[in-house]
Amino acid sequence: MVACPAIPADGSARPRLPKGVRLTHNEAQGGWILVAPERVFRADAIAAEILKRCDGRATIGEIVDSLASAFDGAPRERIDCDVRTLLTTLADKKLLELS
Amino acid sequence: MTSAVQTLAAPLGLLAELTHRCPLGCPYCSNPLTLDGPGSEMDTATWRRVFREASNLGIVHVHLSGGEPAARRDLAEIVAAVRAAGMYSNLITSGVGLTGSRLERLAAAGLDHVQISIQDSSPESADHFAGFAGAWQRKRALAVEVAKLNLPLTINIVVHRRNIEHLSAMIEMALACGATRVEIAHVQYYGWALRNRAALMPLADQVEAAAAEIERLKAEYHGRIVIDAVTPDYFARYPKPCMGGWGRRSLNITPSGKVLPCHAAETIPGLTFWTVQEHPLADIWRNSPAFTAFRGEAWMQEPCRGCARREIDFGGCRCQAFLITGDARATDPVCHLSPHRPLVDRARSEAATDSYTYRRMRRTPRNQNDEAESLAPAPGIDDVTGLAHGFGHGHPRLPSND
Repeated sequence: MVACPAIPADGSARPRLPKGVRLTHNEAQGGWILVAPERVFRADAIAAEILKRCDGRATIGEIVDSLASAFDGAPRERIDCDVRTLLTTLADKKLLELS
Repeated sequence: MTSAVQTLAAPLGLLAELTHRCPLGCPYCSNPLTLDGPGSEMDTATWRRVFREASNLGIVHVHLSGGEPAARRDLAEIVAAVRAAGMYSNLITSGVGLTGSRLERLAAAGLDHVQISIQDSSPESADHFAGFAGAWQRKRALAVEVAKLNLPLTINIVVHRRNIEHLSAMIEMALACGATRVEIAHVQYYGWALRNRAALMPLADQVEAAAAEIERLKAEYHGRIVIDAVTPDYFARYPKPCMGGWGRRSLNITPSGKVLPCHAAETIPGLTFWTVQEHPLADIWRNSPAFTAFRGEAWMQEPCRGCARREIDFGGCRCQAFLITGDARATDPVCHLSPHRPLVDRARSEAATDSYTYRRMRRTPRNQNDEAESLAPAPGIDDVTGLAHGFGHGHPRLPSND
């Protein structure tokens, strides 16, 4: 079992990409990328699915629910942990806002 | 040895030098000593076509620079063209010559990010380096407008001997302006900066103290402002992976349409640069003689040729190799393995002078001088997060050397 990091917000936080950070699809760069000032990150399929849902409206809990129903069969706890891990990492780098 | 053509990836960044006009005269400007005059600048329609070609090539970031890009009346149309082509627009400005209402039009056109350079923490000193009375005040005023529009702001700090001890005050200023990121980069010695090297070169103990200060500031400001800093290569043991490797990650287009592998590439004699008027950008990226000249490893000599770091730093900077050793194929002389390293050490101890040659455009009125970025924007993938396949690492200009 992967240890899940504490996230500095509860499941009711509504994550969103800050101004100046965009998720875009770029075929030549291999698919989904997260673009920030002077930085580019390739998002794998799972990361892209999570980030697409970070619209400032959905709560973390709702994002996990949405992924659980989209990826039928994946255990909810596992998804919850992946989502929190990714969001915590990105928020720490100012690539995501948890408000 | 792998073939450069087979492994050629899509470029990430485009530095668009929209104009060489600039109100400032910073003595470390990254523009060439011979500047493009206003009459040779490309028109809006040509830039629009170039941006479409850049997007098709896979370019992610477009850095709108100069000179001072605000000297272009069509700047809002240019920003809109970058966004229409699906790319990220970054404005690199001196902050002088751009009003709040114009900035609003740029934001409406889809501007993603703004970078403003500052020269020092105090107005007197900053204006002295910029060669422009009142520059500091205008920069601050523009930074406030940027924050008001909720546009993300990076403050660029170009470091040299006379301001290296003011880092803390400059970061405080950036924070007060509403910046979310600070980029600290030492002057790099090309063009105007090379001419002024003896006046700009910091002392070794200043560099050491600054490195410790930056670590302390990063910890102190963690969570409030991101501080990105790069080691000055003259004080490092290994060279920077310049541009992330020649012709590997980015392109630079001059005001008149010449396409360069980096902003200083015209320094190297004998290179042939293709223009966007004569060739499609994709063709230039793949086949321009200037791009293929130092792409890959075939050009390397010893000690690079047999060095395990050749895929990490790509032999360092070709322009610097030429400027210091006279041979563009030589190992970057900042490398401690280079037989030319003593030339770098000698430059570090050059007699200090306090007089500068300010960057000026020839035969133009006083206000038509140029800009100020030693911080040539460095498009590249320079960090990796928890995303599963961060593709690459390493700042395209300077590594974290020991």
